[in-house]
Amino acid sequence: MSGRVVVTGMGVVAPNGVGVPAFLHAIENGISGIKFIPLYKDLHFNCQVCGVPDFDFSHLKDYLSEVTFHGLKGSTIGYAIKAAADAWLDAGNKLYDGKVHWETGCVFGNSVADTEAMKRIISLVDSKQSRKLGSRMVEQLMNSGSTAYITGLLGLGNRIITNSSACATGSQAVLMGYEYIKHGMAKRMLVGSNEYIDNYIFGAFDAMRILSRKFNDTPEKASRPMSATAGGFIPGSGAGALVLEDLDFALARNATIYAEVLGGATNSGAQQGTGSMTSPNAEGVVHCITDALHNANIEPKDIDLVSGHLTATIADKMEIENWSVALNRKGDNFPLTNSLKSMIGHCLSAAGSIEIVGVILQIMHQFVHPNINLEDPNPDIINIASAESFPVKKINKNLDIVVKANFGFGDVNACLVFSKYKK
Amino acid sequence: MSRQEILDGLKTVLGPYTMDKQALNSMNDETEFIKDLKINSANLIDIIIDAEERYNIEIDADSAEKIHNAGNCIDVIMEKMKEKS
Repeated sequence: MSGRVVVTGMGVVAPNGVGVPAFLHAIENGISGIKFIPLYKDLHFNCQVCGVPDFDFSHLKDYLSEVTFHGLKGSTIGYAIKAAADAWLDAGNKLYDGKVHWETGCVFGNSVADTEAMKRIISLVDSKQSRKLGSRMVEQLMNSGSTAYITGLLGLGNRIITNSSACATGSQAVLMGYEYIKHGMAKRMLVGSNEYIDNYIFGAFDAMRILSRKFNDTPEKASRPMSATAGGFIPGSGAGALVLEDLDFALARNATIYAEVLGGATNSGAQQGTGSMTSPNAEGVVHCITDALHNANIEPKDIDLVSGHLTATIADKMEIENWSVALNRKGDNFPLTNSLKSMIGHCLSAAGSIEIVGVILQIMHQFVHPNINLEDPNPDIINIASAESFPVKKINKNLDIVVKANFGFGDVNACLVFSKYKK
Repeated sequence: MSRQEILDGLKTVLGPYTMDKQALNSMNDETEFIKDLKINSANLIDIIIDAEERYNIEIDADSAEKIHNAGNCIDVIMEKMKEKS
């Protein structure tokens, strides 16, 4: 056991790219995955745009047996299967190898179980036809449905956990996987998260008046983190998955190593101070970032890039302030910072895992992806950090240390530190 | 509808629930769904729902419990079709 944890595989279903090559192309070139949804107009939603992956459900036949595929209805689980199986194959493993991988576990999270399954159950039960539901609904109704499909497909036999902490879910899943390997409980962990935004989930967010509503005619401009014209976030769907691995285990099987997980932290501001159900206690955020750096044994000055949570709400300014306090860096000394949400929107539970795939790709290919839609930075933000801290064009750069954070409803924070892999 | 026609129709119904296509193709009255076709027991209920739809019948829970091989499945389907006509 090396005590070092590395990333050896990735899979992604993102609004601006399904599969790692398409996603890499999109984030290098600042391609938006936000689309106008005509149905949202019919439903009288204020916000009528959403991040929707270009996902062909029938492609799951490439991964699943005919029998398993036949009864699978839900996009939530479909996204998770695609991302997780791609990550597993990318790490040099096979599907259906008939083995139980006792050394490999899984932490995969989501917010809401499959709503397509739920809707089917509600409509058939209410019309007194529950007998037509068949045998496959419960497995898709379970919060652990995605994890159950993934672990059965890949034959994972170590600890299997479904986590949920709103928008911190994905980062927490990666952190938990890291910790299990670091502490010797598993050699490998398949980690990630998924989210499917249907009309009902979207409607509930829309009702909170926290979604962007002024860019329905120009969807690709709608998600504007840190912009003066940011008017709320844009929900998105998708999934991200990574294979984390003990370094020695990875080296012994000649795995390709993409990056290293140096450490991380998760906590809660307990909805005290500036915190509430829907916004973080600044003190908690600062603690979380500081603890993550301490756990990873790095100094604030070592940070080359911050991959923020930065959703395009009024919380962006507070987040930049929290980073500035935690890192004791401001003005020209503030680290380069970007928000993938400018291209894909806020994928809620899936945000952390998709954004972490983005971080690993930036480390592998040594670039900083652009913040799109930031032609008009919020003056309050560039008062804290120089405008140059928020690149609007792709920068090719020697990237070593990248810090990633996500903050979720319920005042839950998660922060991770990644680095280039060095022998 | 003859027993043979229903047997052929059942092969289509069972198709998505078994990986053993060879056993499915050579299915006869004695073929056990779980033992011979390796069908997951939980899926028997889905097969009954699909058969109901195909033959426009209703198979009650008591009749469904009798079904474990192709022969008694055909018996139940024929009985329900007869009741309907």
